[in-house]
Amino acid sequence: MVQSLQMLPETASQTAGPYVHIGLMPSYTGNGQIFDQEIGQSPIADGAEGEIVEITGSVYDGTGWAMRDALIESWQPDAQGRFAGEDGADPHVSGFCRFAADAESGEFTLRTVKPGAVRLRDGRQQAPHISLWIVARGINIGLQTRIYFEDEQNSTDPLLARIEQRPRVDTLIAKKTGPGRYRFDIRLQGPGETVFLDI
Amino acid sequence: MMFEDGPLIPRNRALHPIPYDPDYKTTVARSPHLPLLSMDSSTSEETGPRFGHGQIGALDNNLILNWTRGAAPAVGERIVMHGRVLDERGRGIPHTLIEIWQANAGGRYRHKKDGYLAPLDPNFGGAGRTLTDAEGRYQFLTIRPGAYPWPNRGNDWRPMHIHVSVFGHSFGQRLITQMYFEGDPLIPLCPIAATIKDRASLDQLVAPLDMAASKPLDYLSYKFDIVLRGRRQSMFENKPEGM
Repeated sequence: MVQSLQMLPETASQTAGPYVHIGLMPSYTGNGQIFDQEIGQSPIADGAEGEIVEITGSVYDGTGWAMRDALIESWQPDAQGRFAGEDGADPHVSGFCRFAADAESGEFTLRTVKPGAVRLRDGRQQAPHISLWIVARGINIGLQTRIYFEDEQNSTDPLLARIEQRPRVDTLIAKKTGPGRYRFDIRLQGPGETVFLDI
Repeated sequence: MMFEDGPLIPRNRALHPIPYDPDYKTTVARSPHLPLLSMDSSTSEETGPRFGHGQIGALDNNLILNWTRGAAPAVGERIVMHGRVLDERGRGIPHTLIEIWQANAGGRYRHKKDGYLAPLDPNFGGAGRTLTDAEGRYQFLTIRPGAYPWPNRGNDWRPMHIHVSVFGHSFGQRLITQMYFEGDPLIPLCPIAATIKDRASLDQLVAPLDMAASKPLDYLSYKFDIVLRGRRQSMFENKPEGM
């Protein structure tokens, strides 16, 4: 016998299931009357500093089908790289958003401010990115990934540098499709599988 | 003095469900096949959204009354679901958002995609939310959800369960799980519960009947504690290599 570590095991995840919108985005399924204020409707308020960007994409399953029931959360800092709650953070940037694939087209859109760069503990600079967390029926534990931007300095980002198969880096980089517009598709499995994170 | 403000403790994925499990058919095309990229957390994962009491309504944690705004109660067995949100070191996580959603007493969800035979309850929406108190405690008043069949293998049924979403204080702690009920004979038959291969880990999702927290002539109670990832001590985190 040894001493007890007195640690608790993390509670196991379970799939969010097909009806996740009831709990997290009630208005999506016509239940908006239940709460006065739904959370995560936008990561920014009017007056947010920086470049407003619109990121559109789909979540594809292993057969190439755009999932109609995916729900995504995003978390990011403001245009200066400060997270909500930090000193000097832009009061118009909550940084948190919930959005869902459209029930007809399977497309999602995130409208936000382009995030600033943030350093790691050891001082290394990360490229600007938005963290994502994806849940749906058939996803047993929420999938973490990141959106980087094609027109930023990504070559020295410590996370991207860790991806062994270099073509896979592209799966984390949103492609510019117009002024302030980007495309970011997520592939759960198969050719072009998105790099998912354990972080 | 030790500060636990280092990176998040890496997840022990052996405690979590396996992503690919053919008995739960939808996982087959929706599970990544390539390995996850493991790294120490950064500010992106160590910070997270905070929510305030101003965003939460007085009836938000009362699923018996919140759909009708107090006008009429939902049908079903009245229960209080309560517990604490803790980190891996056993400390309560204060002021964090918990959201729940569930089927009604007949096993039917108020969702456009649910067409089960059991009728909707006009007085039940099936969602609730609350913030934990200073010690990490929370409670919901609701009705016990019904079991229901679902299209998977020939005759699969979901045990009675409540979906639970928790934030903690950092985006890397984000968790969605399901609470099951002590004594439900459908738990060992359920391919979704069975995606968790560690028996003790599944047992942690089964809420015991808590008679001491029940109220005579009113409601039964079930206790459900939730443990989120903790953080490492940072004392040696910032020193150069070899120090």
